[in-house]
Amino acid sequence: MHTYADENFGPIHFLWRWMGLICLEGGLSTNTMISINDLSYSFDPQQKYPVLSGLSMNVKHGEFVSVIGASGCGKSTLFKIIAGLSEPTSGDIIWQDATSSANTRLGNIAYMPQQDLLLPWRSVLDNCLLPWEVTQNRSKAETISLIREMLERFGLAEVEQAYPNELSGGMRQRIAFLRTLVTGADLMLLDEPFGALDAITKREMHKWLTGLWDGLAKTVLFITHDLEEAILLSDRIYLMSGSQSKAPMQEFIVDLPRPRHSAMNYDPRFLKLREDLEKRLYDTHSS
Amino acid sequence: MILTLLKRYLRDYGLALLLLLFLLVCWETVVRLEWIPSFILPAPTSIWIALVENQRLLFGQHLPATLQEVFIGFILSVVLGSLLGTGMHLSRRLEKALYPFIIISQTIPLIALSPIFIFWFGYSLAGKVAVVFLTAFFPVVVGSFDGLRKGAEGYRELLLTMGASRRHLLTKIQIPLALPSFFSGLKLSIVYCVIGATIGEWLGGSKGLGYFSRRMAGNLQSDEMFAAVFLLSALGLVLFLILVLLEKILFMKRGSSRS
Ligand SMILES: Nc1ncnc2c1ncn2[C@@H]1O[C@H](COP(=O)(O)OP(=O)(O)O)[C@@H](O)[C@H]1O
Ligand SMILES: [Mg+2]
Repeated sequence: MHTYADENFGPIHFLWRWMGLICLEGGLSTNTMISINDLSYSFDPQQKYPVLSGLSMNVKHGEFVSVIGASGCGKSTLFKIIAGLSEPTSGDIIWQDATSSANTRLGNIAYMPQQDLLLPWRSVLDNCLLPWEVTQNRSKAETISLIREMLERFGLAEVEQAYPNELSGGMRQRIAFLRTLVTGADLMLLDEPFGALDAITKREMHKWLTGLWDGLAKTVLFITHDLEEAILLSDRIYLMSGSQSKAPMQEFIVDLPRPRHSAMNYDPRFLKLREDLEKRLYDTHSS
Repeated sequence: MILTLLKRYLRDYGLALLLLLFLLVCWETVVRLEWIPSFILPAPTSIWIALVENQRLLFGQHLPATLQEVFIGFILSVVLGSLLGTGMHLSRRLEKALYPFIIISQTIPLIALSPIFIFWFGYSLAGKVAVVFLTAFFPVVVGSFDGLRKGAEGYRELLLTMGASRRHLLTKIQIPLALPSFFSGLKLSIVYCVIGATIGEWLGGSKGLGYFSRRMAGNLQSDEMFAAVFLLSALGLVLFLILVLLEKILFMKRGSSRS
């Protein structure tokens, strides 16, 4: 594990410290951000097969962890449970070193849904202000200057006053990501953030995110369908299969060096990892 | 700039204008040729002349009286209607209790109730406002209730993960989402307000365009009666257009109106 705090100086480092995003405090006792044990969930008790069953996984501080799985296998449902939007049927979620209920997590874990869900009647700046309006955790002027700095960094400074429908898909996605950052939560859940983008825009976003990642000091759980995306961005990948499978969650470690960059796609180590992952995925689905 | 705007309006409404002109000419001809007696259907020109001749009475006394009833009734409809709509949205129990009554209130034939209204309120302003309210509050209730009920599950969940309270959900998401539907309700309501005021004045009283048109009808002065009817429909149209303009200004900054 690499630490982020020591490697970063300058305004950005200062920025994150301001937001209270350095995740070292409290992390001395354990390095784990969140850990899920034997979790099950069904939408209604009469359901024959639960949507999720016997899931276990963990995410360490500062890690980027991806979840891959066929559509309908319950990835979004899992994220909603982690975010605290619904209570699991059984199993527990250890968060901040204690068993937690949905209510304690709700509002403290950032969640970026599958659609960008920008409010069409608000300008970009006002959209990014939304998390602050709900929590009012610092002064408005402070928040606005913080958002402006981030917009600058994300290459969005000129569109601050624009409305979402005037922007491209890639820009909207970056704004939704920025809004997720503004919540200030240490753990971010990103549900297929690039799923709706075309291949070219997606590559741009990868370039953008890999360039950004090492300065962020964030912990991310990331859903995707895209194997290359998962390998490029993650420290670890979980392969998720349906609840009837013997091994509903399989771990896969990506030991590529950081900082990553999108040209790594042609690296022989990358290709090997991709092959392994594909085989694992195939084995899981045929067994 | 103004010329292009004019051109656009001409393109959008030119055909309707042409049709109107054609109908007016036909109407005038039919009456002038005495195919229809003028006390049954006066010619457009004689209606215009009646309007000009009675302008002091119409614009100085009767129009303000009607306008007053419309305004008070409209404000009451908007305030109580949106309160009812919001209340019914927030509480299922309130919805279940009130919805039947609100529907029933719309099925009452108001004209048939006229004796009771006069009995309750006399020929006062209150009686007329009550009739206006009863005809016009329903679209506001439905507009706000339906607007608030709009599916916003995704937004709701997103805000909850930010730590939003119920009040936040209402003010940040549901009310902004409900505004277009609410405005549709308002536009219907203002038109109903003019109709309601007319009915109210027919029931009795001593001023207002409805009263005037009724008196003139009684005297077989169709020119004057038609002049009042023309003013009433123009009033409804103008009030409607004011709301459309207001809506445009309000939603101009909204991305949603541009897409
Ligand atoms: N509100 C709901 N009620 C009942 N079933 C649901 C609901 N939401 C999702 N499901 C079902 O749960 C399963 C998992 O859905 P989801 O978590 O969205 O999958 P994924 O994100 O992996 O594509 C799907 O089979 C879906 O049909
Ligand atoms: Mg999903």
